[in-house]
Amino acid sequence: MKNTTPAFELRLYVAGQTAKSITAFANLKRICETHLAGQYRIEVIDLMKTPQLAAGDQIIAVPTLVRRLPEPIKKIIGDLSNVERVLVGLNVQPVTA
Amino acid sequence: MRSSKHTGRKAVLSTPPSPTLPKARTGIQGLDEITGGGLPAGRPTLVCGSAGCGKTMLATEFLVRGAMEFGEPGVFMMFEENAAELTANVRSLGFDLEKLAEQKKIVLDHVHIERSEIEETGEYDLEGLFIRLGHAIDTIGAKRVVLDTVEALFAGLPNHAILRAELRRLFRWLKDRGMTAVITGEKGEGNAITRYGLEEYVADCVIVLDNRVAGQISTRRLRVLKYRGSAHGSNEYPFLIGDRGFSVLPITSLKLDHHASEERIPTGIARLDEMLGGKGIYRGSSVLVSGSPGTGKSSIGAKFAETTCRRGERALLFAYEESAAQIVRNMRSIGVDLEPWLKKGLLQIHASRPTLHGLEHHLVMMHETVRAFLPSVVVIDPISNLTMERDEAEVKPTLMRLIDFLKQEQITSLFTSLTTGGTATTASEDSQVGVSSLMDVWLLLRNSENNGERNRTIYVLKARGMAHSNQVREFVLTDAGIDLVDVYLGSDRVLTGTARVAQLAQERAAAELRNQDHERKLRQLASKRKAIEAQIAALQAEAESEAAEVNFSIAQETMQEKIAQQNADAMAQLRGGAKPVKTAAKATK
Repeated sequence: MKNTTPAFELRLYVAGQTAKSITAFANLKRICETHLAGQYRIEVIDLMKTPQLAAGDQIIAVPTLVRRLPEPIKKIIGDLSNVERVLVGLNVQPVTA
Repeated sequence: MRSSKHTGRKAVLSTPPSPTLPKARTGIQGLDEITGGGLPAGRPTLVCGSAGCGKTMLATEFLVRGAMEFGEPGVFMMFEENAAELTANVRSLGFDLEKLAEQKKIVLDHVHIERSEIEETGEYDLEGLFIRLGHAIDTIGAKRVVLDTVEALFAGLPNHAILRAELRRLFRWLKDRGMTAVITGEKGEGNAITRYGLEEYVADCVIVLDNRVAGQISTRRLRVLKYRGSAHGSNEYPFLIGDRGFSVLPITSLKLDHHASEERIPTGIARLDEMLGGKGIYRGSSVLVSGSPGTGKSSIGAKFAETTCRRGERALLFAYEESAAQIVRNMRSIGVDLEPWLKKGLLQIHASRPTLHGLEHHLVMMHETVRAFLPSVVVIDPISNLTMERDEAEVKPTLMRLIDFLKQEQITSLFTSLTTGGTATTASEDSQVGVSSLMDVWLLLRNSENNGERNRTIYVLKARGMAHSNQVREFVLTDAGIDLVDVYLGSDRVLTGTARVAQLAQERAAAELRNQDHERKLRQLASKRKAIEAQIAALQAEAESEAAEVNFSIAQETMQEKIAQQNADAMAQLRGGAKPVKTAAKATK
């Protein structure tokens, strides 16, 4: 069961393959691999394709990273270029390795 | 794609009058008149004002009317209330947002940003908002968009530089998509129109709402601050949020072009009609009945309303002093029964305290009621209460609007007005100068006090366009109704009330006395004549008897002569010598 539902369920909302969204995804991937290895799942939602999903998570800005689990819901907007702030936002202890 | 298909239709639907700038009708009473046809079509309009002055209401009605009346679906994007709250709030105005949403006529989207949930890192834009809005627009083919209040984003998103840039882009985007948008904004500190300077981005049309309190009475006002490419009324217009939604007091007083009817309608008081050229007042004219307390102003108003109902027309009575039940009871005491007409639905009485709202609010409500009831006569009793504690400069234009509105609708109006000054003879006139110029007919009721009693007098101070009496009449209220009585015009004064009655009685007595005198004289004459006639008869009898005596003596003498002759003849025969006797006898004959 633990493998199917990882502790961190993350959703990255983007709008098309823009520079910002590509940067954001790359940044997110790197941060997760470094600090949350094995505990996360990332779902990328392209609002250009599925605009109806924007309202559900109250998305205004893109890119937006939503931490759906663990609760409470957290949102981080921007291209996630600042690792420290992302970690604060996700409430994750940085792995100092 | 859908929107472009609709553009052509909208141009026909929502822009009937303007050849220059296409306009989208709001359907809000009065606003379309002020803006000359509505908001700029396909452009954003900024509606700003302080908290609680009706921004959201205006926006909602704009959207709902658009969807229901003009076939233009709309998207309501709200940043403060959520959909359920808004739906509940506007249900009282008869707007069913849920149903409209089900019918795909509107989309409600609540954008909620919780500052505490959000962390910001690196670059971003508000494409998410655009996508949401775009999606909503496309789902129903919206032509109208409301953003209420987009400024909430400033609290939610820390990077204002990005936000401003994105808002500018958003408004541009709305324009490009041909959306007629209403964007609400909170009033800023000091002279700032909005707190975050939204007016910089929305430059096409700016409407300012205001809620001002004066003398403990608050009045909402609306002003079109700016309307690019279109003429618009630049004044402040009072508005209210009533049972039927938002309504701005329309200004019909811009033009004086109402129709003037030749028809005359009676006031219900025959003698008063007589004073007004014998036919009453013109239909659609305005009548001011002013007077000091207790002079019978309300009675004239009620009688006028009753008479109207009697003709089968509708009358509307706004009462600001008495409740409806009280009016019915009190008027019954002077023989004016209003109850049957109330039951028949020909008469409506709207009673409220003047202090309930500001003057403007009252007038807007009157507008609404008049619009709904469509009466042919409106009685307002009294306007002086409405204008309490107000500058004349403020009151006059507002009343003018009402009067013009009523005239435009060919509704005859009667206003009563309480004058200060009591029994003084001139104060009553002076205190009404302000509003009187708006009135066509002005009846002045006055108390005149003498001989220990007060009496009501009435006269026609002015009556435009009709010959009217210059006489003062006494105004009498009895169980049987209202009547006007000629006052006693003596050699040097005017008498009313018991003085008049006494004077009249005195005159009657004097006349009676004179009458009796005449009769006596006639009788005397008759008896004199009889006496003379008797005398004549006596004299005649005397003459006759004298004549008879004369005749008798003549006959007697003749007889004696005859006898003497016979004697002589007989003597001559006896003597024998007839001849000489015959000659002698002949000689004596």
